[in-house]
Amino acid sequence: MEGLTLSDAEQKYYSDLFSYCDIESTKKVVVNGRVLELFRAAQLPNDVVLQIMELCGATRLGYFGRSQFYIALKLVAVAQSGFPLRVESINTVKDLPLPRFVASKNEQESRHAASYSSDSENQGSYSGVIPPPPGRGQVKKGSVSHDTVQPRTSADAQEPASPVVSPQQSPPTSPHTWRKHSRHPSGGNSERPLAGPGPFWSPFGEAQSGSSAGDAVWSGHSPPPPQENWVSFADTPPTSTLLTMHPASVQDQTTVRTVASATTAIEIRRQSSSYDDPWKITDEQRQYYVNQFKTIQPDLNGFIPGSAAKEFFTKSKLPILELSHIWELSDFDKDGALTLDEFCAAFHLVVARKNGYDLPEKLPESLMPKLIDLEDSADVGDQPGEVGYSGSPAEAPPSKSPSMPSLNQTWPELNQSSEWETFSERSSSSQTLTQFDSNIAPADPDTAIVHPVPIRMTPSKIHMQEMELKRTGSDHTNPTSPLLVKPSDLLEENKINSSVKFASGNTVADGYSSSDSFTSDPEQIGSNVTRQRSHSGTSPDNTAPPPPPPRPQPSHSRSSSLDMNRTFTVTTGQQQAGVVAHPPAVPPRPQPSQAPGPAVHRPVDADGLITHTSTSPQQIPEQPNFADFSQFEVFAASNVNDEQDDEAEKHPEVLPAEKASDPASSLRVAKTDSKTEEKTAASAPANVSKGTTPLAPPPKPVRRRLKSEDELRPEVDEHTQKTGVLAAVLASQPSIPRSVGKDKKAIQASIRRNKETNTVLARLNSELQQQLKDVLEERISLEVQLEQLRPFSHL
Amino acid sequence: MAVCIAVIAKENYPLYIRSTPTENELKFHYMVHTSLDVVDEKISAMGKALVDQRELYLGLLYPTEDYKVYGYVTNSKVKFVMVVDSSNTALRDNEIRSMFRKLHNSYTDVMCNPFYNPGDRIQAFDNMVTSMMIQVC
Repeated sequence: MEGLTLSDAEQKYYSDLFSYCDIESTKKVVVNGRVLELFRAAQLPNDVVLQIMELCGATRLGYFGRSQFYIALKLVAVAQSGFPLRVESINTVKDLPLPRFVASKNEQESRHAASYSSDSENQGSYSGVIPPPPGRGQVKKGSVSHDTVQPRTSADAQEPASPVVSPQQSPPTSPHTWRKHSRHPSGGNSERPLAGPGPFWSPFGEAQSGSSAGDAVWSGHSPPPPQENWVSFADTPPTSTLLTMHPASVQDQTTVRTVASATTAIEIRRQSSSYDDPWKITDEQRQYYVNQFKTIQPDLNGFIPGSAAKEFFTKSKLPILELSHIWELSDFDKDGALTLDEFCAAFHLVVARKNGYDLPEKLPESLMPKLIDLEDSADVGDQPGEVGYSGSPAEAPPSKSPSMPSLNQTWPELNQSSEWETFSERSSSSQTLTQFDSNIAPADPDTAIVHPVPIRMTPSKIHMQEMELKRTGSDHTNPTSPLLVKPSDLLEENKINSSVKFASGNTVADGYSSSDSFTSDPEQIGSNVTRQRSHSGTSPDNTAPPPPPPRPQPSHSRSSSLDMNRTFTVTTGQQQAGVVAHPPAVPPRPQPSQAPGPAVHRPVDADGLITHTSTSPQQIPEQPNFADFSQFEVFAASNVNDEQDDEAEKHPEVLPAEKASDPASSLRVAKTDSKTEEKTAASAPANVSKGTTPLAPPPKPVRRRLKSEDELRPEVDEHTQKTGVLAAVLASQPSIPRSVGKDKKAIQASIRRNKETNTVLARLNSELQQQLKDVLEERISLEVQLEQLRPFSHL
Repeated sequence: MAVCIAVIAKENYPLYIRSTPTENELKFHYMVHTSLDVVDEKISAMGKALVDQRELYLGLLYPTEDYKVYGYVTNSKVKFVMVVDSSNTALRDNEIRSMFRKLHNSYTDVMCNPFYNPGDRIQAFDNMVTSMMIQVC
């Protein structure tokens, strides 16, 4: 087969014809029956047709591929022009008119064909897009006053053939045709003004009058000029046809009034637009449907369940099979219930079916359920197809859109292409709209997924710097960074002790990791911080702030996870993994009186600490903490402790009124962690009883910290808890050996303990901060709710 | 791609069966019928405890010289059996799965139709099935 060159008009025409024949939308194979009818419509002798088929290779292949089809069309044109049929003639014959496919039915068609063929010469007039579906409704025109109408006999003769394929043929053609029209409402030349209503109604009249065949009456045979059709239509008793057509006659009602109004409305509409969709619902019809809907379901926005709809439509006495088909067409979202739009579509289909129209394979556009409100239903009749376009796709809920593709695929592809596109557009937009909220969540988890701050076992300056950078980097990336910055700000503001600063001071903990088991501390602190971050990261997402995690005493809950028992049992200064939470006994707060004593050690500790701090510039604000702790450690080393009385004094001072006379015990009691409470209670008295000096210094730093925390946090409970924890921490301190002889060891032990305390306090701080954040979020959400409610209060 | 598609009810009678017309249909009917035993075997092999976790897609039921038979069962024990041509090597497992999924969706759509009596022959599959089968060309 030689290559085929087609002009533009030919290309368009051929592709349209191919689509027309491609009822199964394979885009590759054309149904033989269709093609044969098409060729028959070309008014060529049969042997010529056979010859054409042979030449194009269809007989060889057994089917009509696209190329075969095109070649065949070209050969048809060749034959019609009178040229001998030869393979070479495909390309050699120049200026070949477009093949004419006449249904050979009635004069109108032939007339049109004539006009069409004359137009075919013109480039742009790619008219006669769709050859009249051969052997279709033209028959009905018999009654039309056209003597030249091809005798019905031929049409009838073809009828036996057409019904064979009617179920498939009729539906696609019409919608396809109509769609073309609706798609190119302005393309007068490309779309022959199908004079939709013309052929539509007149055949319909035919159907009523005599046709028994269920052929798609509305398949527009080559649309004669509208006026002509109009005239023809007028010849036939329009009212009768309309009467039969109107649903009023179908269903129980037969009000003449509605019929008359429908008639006028239909006529008017037909005059106005020649692209009317035969499936469009008139206003009166729509109103009627709505009324019927109301009888079943008073709520116009509600659904009619399948069972009720079944009963209702069974009354129309259509066969169940057809009702089932109608249901498939009209239940757009496949939910087993009918919305108002779906119901109207179903009703309309029932009406049409009752009047002899074949059911389409696919729901026509104008019957597609629309998202437009009922008020807009009046607009249904105005624009052909466009309304269907605008409305139909948008309706399906986004969840349906994924399923719609599968549904759409079952329909002839060509019929679906346009709606498919619009549908996808709409669905995507609606998807974006509806998924807007959900998109927030995914976005934030990313930010909330704070890359866990890696914690090295061995400290190093570089590592600490990295840690700091990472921490700050992660801070920047997640919304909690401001929060994390806050503590530092607060710290700076209030010169908070290291405990508070430790919330953001991972590196500090890392710096402390020089001691053996402190590796666990930074981890836990890190986890603490990450927890905080993650929590704060996710919280903005929630429309309603998550209820603050049950934290009667956050510090305790967390610390409990750290096995306070263990920490308390190991108050000898041994640091174990996981012990971090346990506020190790705060090294006895250095007493001023003992300044000279620990001075020896102070530089050592301070240097050690300060060096750590110096390595990380970001930790500058924390240096004062170091200084504090160095003092603590110094004090611890020097075993300078206040009297127990101090502790007793300070605790009441520090703690809010809740504190009992025995501040330590009360503090511990306040703890949620029963374990810790018990432990601390046990240890505290023990510690207290042990010696005053060890306890003395701790209370002071505790107090200091508590005070600062007080300034920071308004919550008293937490303070009490914190103080309790701190007290526990301090309480454990007494275990520090006081022997001066083992200064270094003691110093190291105290250092470790201090570090532990730091970590614990840092965690506490982070928890408190988290709580604060939660409370703030709650507040914000409440404010939002209040604002939402407020406008309504005016109503 | 599929040469034959069948929907079999719980009681093992066919609700819908369709083959490409070019072949001897009876042969496909027979293949589907024999594949039911394999389907039952696969279902029972899962064990009662695993009923919930049982996957709907059964996979290749059994291959013959010319054809391969795939199975799929729904939770209501409605079985879908598909016979594909062995020569069609491009057909991969997930494609079969997607075809079964489409079948299942269409089946549920049919079920949603109030005019459909469960147990009746299914008339509404043709379009979709045709789209699956016509691609053989």
